[in-house]
Amino acid sequence: MSIKGRAYIVGAFEHPTRKAPDKSVAQLHAECARGALADAGLKKSDIDGYFCAGDAPGMGPINMLDYMNLKVRFFDSTDVGGSSYIAHVAHAAQAIAMGKASVVLITLAGRPRSEGQATGTAARPGNPGIPDSPWETHFAPVTANVYAMVAARHMYEYGTTSEQLAWIKVAASHHAQWNEHAMLRNVVTVEDVVNSPMVSDPLHRLDCCVISDGGGALIVTSPEIARSLKRPLVKVIGAGEAPKGQLGGEVDLRYSGGAWSGPMAFAEAGVRPADIKYASIYDSFTITVLQQIEDMGFCERGRGGAFVSDGNLISGVGKLPFNTDGGGLCNNHPANRGGITKVIEAVRQLRGEAHPKVQVPNCDLALAHGTGGLIGSRHGSATLILERE
Amino acid sequence: MADRIIPSPTQNPESEPFYAAAKEGKFMIRRCKDCGKPHWYPRALCPFCFGDTEWEAASGDGTIYSFSPMRRAGYTIAYVTLKEGPTMLTNILGDPDKLACGVPVKLQWTVTEDGTPVPTFAAA
Repeated sequence: MSIKGRAYIVGAFEHPTRKAPDKSVAQLHAECARGALADAGLKKSDIDGYFCAGDAPGMGPINMLDYMNLKVRFFDSTDVGGSSYIAHVAHAAQAIAMGKASVVLITLAGRPRSEGQATGTAARPGNPGIPDSPWETHFAPVTANVYAMVAARHMYEYGTTSEQLAWIKVAASHHAQWNEHAMLRNVVTVEDVVNSPMVSDPLHRLDCCVISDGGGALIVTSPEIARSLKRPLVKVIGAGEAPKGQLGGEVDLRYSGGAWSGPMAFAEAGVRPADIKYASIYDSFTITVLQQIEDMGFCERGRGGAFVSDGNLISGVGKLPFNTDGGGLCNNHPANRGGITKVIEAVRQLRGEAHPKVQVPNCDLALAHGTGGLIGSRHGSATLILERE
Repeated sequence: MADRIIPSPTQNPESEPFYAAAKEGKFMIRRCKDCGKPHWYPRALCPFCFGDTEWEAASGDGTIYSFSPMRRAGYTIAYVTLKEGPTMLTNILGDPDKLACGVPVKLQWTVTEDGTPVPTFAAA
């Protein structure tokens, strides 16, 4: 049994805010829900399934369903960091295929910017309940330096350069200039990136994503309901999910869990990497994109540096248009979790509703891939393949 | 680069014997009594086969698998591959400009605030 063709994304909404000190996190979730319902042409009372992850306040579905006063017959709070919402689409498709739900709402929201979080560089307190904490927390593995170790190893193994990584930011900035909501709209050069201050060697400030408030929501539904609505049909055709950690001490930073989730999604969809017209690739850092591109099979392992160079990720210029909203690197990384915005931009592309300057012509097949946690230590990966019908 | 002060580790029942041995200067890893493989971080059950594991003394010799200095924060995070096989997350002491993947390193305990030593490394 497969989810291929069993569910459609009919609603997608990205909150326009990037700084929301005057709103509560629950309010942002609800505003995103309302936006996605309006986009789909559905009513609040149509929702019978709800998904959220660790960014939702309190006990996830319990507090959020009460706040929104929704009555559902299916809920899920799978939390695998930023990749959660990509996995949620697949889990929603499973629930719909099994008849357990017919209209599923997925929400994400958060305010790390207003709350002044030093998202990438702040050391965390030890927690004896987390099994790795007595061995690691005191050494201050933070987000930036753990991703930086992936970059350092990639450079050592394959000769990848900072200039090649910089091309990923350059491509994202070319896209973000057309997005009126993007946090960073100025087009940058390779020199701008490599000359920006070093955060954690070899990652510079411009190798890192933005810290933003905001959120997003998706509505996933059955084929019957999707066909009754007025929106273009965006069909779920393949999905994969995989965790990866330190492998009992056999640490291997050359690949992430995407090397497992990607092939699963392609196998289910029955398509190949070369068939993909547009890719949303998680971009917490430039190295995240480079490694996931290799993991998805868009190029040979170790060849990511050459692949992303010279504008190959820029829509209208290169072979693999990516993150045409500007991505986490330039546009938005709400709640420090970029998975939902990856799906939202893929839906825009498949509907032909991306900004005209970045819209991929005849975009009928797209991939959205996310990673949650730290690719240099332990993380979840989720891949989704979507088709315009 | 000003060195960051390493806080004392948080503890749980699986880590306590390691840090007790550390106070006597002994660096221990765990090996499976069933499949014979060593692993890191130490666990009661083997992460490869779920067999029971036991402590053994390790050499403290290794090489840098990967590393990243955060110069403003004053420390270098690293993965060090031990001579015994497993790769562990740690900090490398000293000038980060002298480090590279593949460089040999040697265990150098860092005594933390409450007197508990933690296993850090320095270029051999």
